[in-house]
Amino acid sequence: MEILLDILSWIFLVTGSFFCLTGALGLFRFPDFFSRIHAASLTDTLGASLILIGLMFQAGWGIVLAKLIMILFFSIFAGMTASHAMAKAALKSGLQPLEFKGKNEQGQEGEQPSKP
Amino acid sequence: MKDLFAVVMLTGIYSLLTASLFLDLDAVDVAFTEASVGAGISTLLMLATLKLVGRFERHTRYKPALALGVVLVTGSLLVYGTLDMPHFGSADAPVHQHVAPRYLNDSMAEIGVPNVVTSVLASYRGYDTLGEILVVFTAGIGVISLLRVSRRTKKDSRKKVPVDMQQQIILRIVAKMMLPPILIFALYVQFHGDYGPGGGFQAGVIFAAGIILYTMLFGLSSGQRVFKPVVLELLSALGILLYAGVGVACLLLGGNFLEYNVLRHDPVHGQHLGILLVELGVGITVASVMITIFFKFTWRTVKHKYKNE
Amino acid sequence: MNILGLYNYWIVVVLMMIGFYIVIAHENLIKKLVGLTIFQTSVFFFYISMGKISGATAPILDEKWQLYSNPLPHVLILTAIVVGIATTALGLALVVRIQEAYGSIEENEIQVQDYHDRMEGQLEAYGFRKKHVLSVQKLEE
Repeated sequence: MEILLDILSWIFLVTGSFFCLTGALGLFRFPDFFSRIHAASLTDTLGASLILIGLMFQAGWGIVLAKLIMILFFSIFAGMTASHAMAKAALKSGLQPLEFKGKNEQGQEGEQPSKP
Repeated sequence: MKDLFAVVMLTGIYSLLTASLFLDLDAVDVAFTEASVGAGISTLLMLATLKLVGRFERHTRYKPALALGVVLVTGSLLVYGTLDMPHFGSADAPVHQHVAPRYLNDSMAEIGVPNVVTSVLASYRGYDTLGEILVVFTAGIGVISLLRVSRRTKKDSRKKVPVDMQQQIILRIVAKMMLPPILIFALYVQFHGDYGPGGGFQAGVIFAAGIILYTMLFGLSSGQRVFKPVVLELLSALGILLYAGVGVACLLLGGNFLEYNVLRHDPVHGQHLGILLVELGVGITVASVMITIFFKFTWRTVKHKYKNE
Repeated sequence: MNILGLYNYWIVVVLMMIGFYIVIAHENLIKKLVGLTIFQTSVFFFYISMGKISGATAPILDEKWQLYSNPLPHVLILTAIVVGIATTALGLALVVRIQEAYGSIEENEIQVQDYHDRMEGQLEAYGFRKKHVLSVQKLEE
């Protein structure tokens, strides 16, 4: 039983760290602010949740488990709301999303907006 | 870096990193305080100041040669001075010899509180903590007197929430949902400070952060309807009065100033009661001073907005 | 080499010098306050790293642990952090008032305005009229 808990928590922790790392990579590589928010917030929230679930397996039954569940809920809410607030603030200051450059299937061309 | 907004954000990240480093150095109470105060309130107040003074630095011409020289000389002198210091993590350093073992060994017997930092802060070194909340109170008085608001602007700006804030439905709903857990968490940290990391300061700052969240999303007038500025100023004085009042009560009951042993029939119970009341006073003062400072900064931005219209 | 055990003090010295450099070299008042924050944090590190014992745990008494880190620096730094935020808040309020009084928060512009005000005050004390003050300002530029 101990080994099963250890293996499960290992899987969750490693997957969570992988998601966090790819989120950080996306922060660098994406061209536009909105796609960067998308990458960072989604993958970071998922990665943090997986890491917390992996820690829950190690905690055992007790007050630590309850605290970890509360931290999980709080970090999900706060992360999503923060990225929503950032995107809304960026839209309100006039930053437009990057449009598709090149031709799509109908042969229409997109355009490059102004980017700070 | 000319963008002061980026500078403030990086300062917040720096505070968070130092908080995690404190955690690694086994200082859990200090990490808690640094995270809540440095990465929370300090960043918030700097952002409020940026709103008032302007976001960009004017020009970055400065002559770094003399400053670099002074810094290098001072730095090398300091490094030379640290060559005699005890090694990192050594258990026989002089700092661990005299007072600290006495606190660690006798704290459970004399005070009965597992968190030694709380027992030292509130009981063994309670006089210093009284001075500390007096400093917080003085800073609150200083900010109130610097950023004074005239009566005329108070009457003008009793308006409703601005229109763009009413459209932030998601933020308002999430804030309404998260505000009760934040306040309950602040109370939990306040009263659980005897058994885990926590205590009055962290609780006061978390409480103030919850109220500031509410005020940011629902408008300054709604925030001030709930927490009237007069009440907040009275509360900040009340916290210190509670702390010093406990000390005077100990005097009246026959002991020394802030000697909690005489408060109850049993010294350990007296210490518990004394620490409880004292931390409550600290929490009340810190929370009300932080909220007052934030309100004063926000009044100033509101006054600017209505002056420019 | 036994001086490699002192690396925590060197980190503290580096941070302290960074904060010191920011305070004396930059002109923007908010950047000076940020430098002061970095300086304060380096002092906190100094105390906390002196209080740490290898193989010890946080100073919350528990039956399972024998060795605890020193709680006394933690108490001092707790006080210091709160005092630091109090002075930072007061400093930021001062920056706001300086901006309203002088129109800028760059140190050299504030000093130039102070110099002008002082020169005007001295010339008025000697009985000169406003017309002569304008010639002083033109000499400055």
